[in-house]
Amino acid sequence: MSPVSRGFRHLTRAPAGREGRLPPGQYFTEGFPVLSAGPTPRTPPEEWTFSVTRGGQAVKSWTWEEFQGLPAEDITVDIHCVTRWSKFDTGWRGVSVDTLLAQAGVDAPFVMAFCDGDYTTNLAAADITGGKAWVAFGFGGGPLAAEHGGPARLLVPHLYFWKSAKWVRRLDLRERDEPGFWETYGYHMHGDPWREQRYAGD
Amino acid sequence: MDPVDGNAIGGLLIDVFGTEMTAATSACASCGDSRPVAELVVYQQAPGTVVRCRACGSILMVLIRHKDAIGVDVSGLASLSRLGSA
Amino acid sequence: MAGTALRGGLTWQTATVTAITRETGSVVTIALDPPDWPGHRAGQHLDVRLTDEDGYTAEREYSIASAPGEPPAITVERLEDGEVSPYLSGELRAGDELELRGPVGGYFVWEPADGGPLLLLAGGSGIVPLRSILRYRQQAGSDVPARLLYSARTWDDVIYRDELAGYHDGIEVSYTLTRAQPPGWAGHTGRIDQALLAGVAWPAAAGALAYICGPTSFVETAAAALVSLGYPAARVKTERFGGTGGH
Repeated sequence: MSPVSRGFRHLTRAPAGREGRLPPGQYFTEGFPVLSAGPTPRTPPEEWTFSVTRGGQAVKSWTWEEFQGLPAEDITVDIHCVTRWSKFDTGWRGVSVDTLLAQAGVDAPFVMAFCDGDYTTNLAAADITGGKAWVAFGFGGGPLAAEHGGPARLLVPHLYFWKSAKWVRRLDLRERDEPGFWETYGYHMHGDPWREQRYAGD
Repeated sequence: MDPVDGNAIGGLLIDVFGTEMTAATSACASCGDSRPVAELVVYQQAPGTVVRCRACGSILMVLIRHKDAIGVDVSGLASLSRLGSA
Repeated sequence: MAGTALRGGLTWQTATVTAITRETGSVVTIALDPPDWPGHRAGQHLDVRLTDEDGYTAEREYSIASAPGEPPAITVERLEDGEVSPYLSGELRAGDELELRGPVGGYFVWEPADGGPLLLLAGGSGIVPLRSILRYRQQAGSDVPARLLYSARTWDDVIYRDELAGYHDGIEVSYTLTRAQPPGWAGHTGRIDQALLAGVAWPAAAGALAYICGPTSFVETAAAALVSLGYPAARVKTERFGGTGGH
């Protein structure tokens, strides 16, 4: 066991009265760390499309303009990163995944999210429907910055934030749950911060 | 946050390989680019450490600390070689 | 003995902080006394690990500021949003313990036998391993010619000012201040680029060995410039500190 470093405190605990909002093993932060595994993709809106596919087959696709024409919501949520920081009351603007799937007219038990930069993550349909997920293009009252996943990212705040895939471009509906990028390297297939599902086997 | 280079993971590579590896020569399995590990592009801020080829950007190594173990994937490397003992 | 030295280098040990010296408003040098230090090479770094009462740990690497043969010391710049550097540069006191591992690194190192001439390019706190190299050159009595070009925001941000001013025989030190200069400043201004290096660096024909250390954007610009000036890539060694470029 390493010796305790006198006077060293990692980040802070939750502000008084909000302790119940911090999942186990998490620390509260006011900042918004940028975590990435590669260079930041920078897709201009005129080149951006979002699509829903099923087993790889095209079902529905939207250009940026078409996407902006969809009904959007303003959401305020807490977010929890597997690297142990949590941020409260973050403000986003986006289109509910329920809206996208309804317009696509398809369903399946699982999805794989595909993103610019070759990033993927897997989710159960149950985790992205019923008002639990969005494709978000706005943050903090303005457009979502590229470092934080803009033009648009998946937002699934009830799971660890690696599931809120940055630079999302496509949701592929599937019959089976298959591991995405981080899941392939040992992160948990589900990722519930309240059950501390960080790594496979947790 | 800008990426760093292989110098920054010297300690992590000691944990994985048991010895200093930053002066070792890496070869990319995608494009063949060959250079010291110290010169590779390293992203440390993610849920894991991702090491990319400086020439083509392909992922060479992914290293993840899980509790008491380190998960290592080096499938992006064609080879990793070091001279004798430093 | 050799076996013990190897273990001391590869495993974590708890060192006592013997002294903390303020270098600038945001930079301190921490002198350390580890129980099992195997010695180090100029340019290497060591890893520091902090542990809080809940068992949470944070690890960072810091270049060794002292020369081979001297006890290890690290120079730490306080980063505003940092997790570890504010603790090391603000809270840590002489007599405290610090867990460390090292020395680490076999690439960004220099010995007199490696020859030269040497071109050392420092961006901000990138001066630290280069100072170890220069200190070693002096203590070893080497006559390898060396040029240091040190980029800093302002004169107040220059670390080891007096020591660098004292280097003469075979060592040329020049500065470029990128944000503000004192009245009557006769050194360079602006960020290092190919034009500045064309005037300051050894010509390619000299076959110099270059060491570049600092923020990533500084290192990439300087390295590309040297290669454009004819330096073989294999003669340009780089160490990137990350960050968003302020230097």
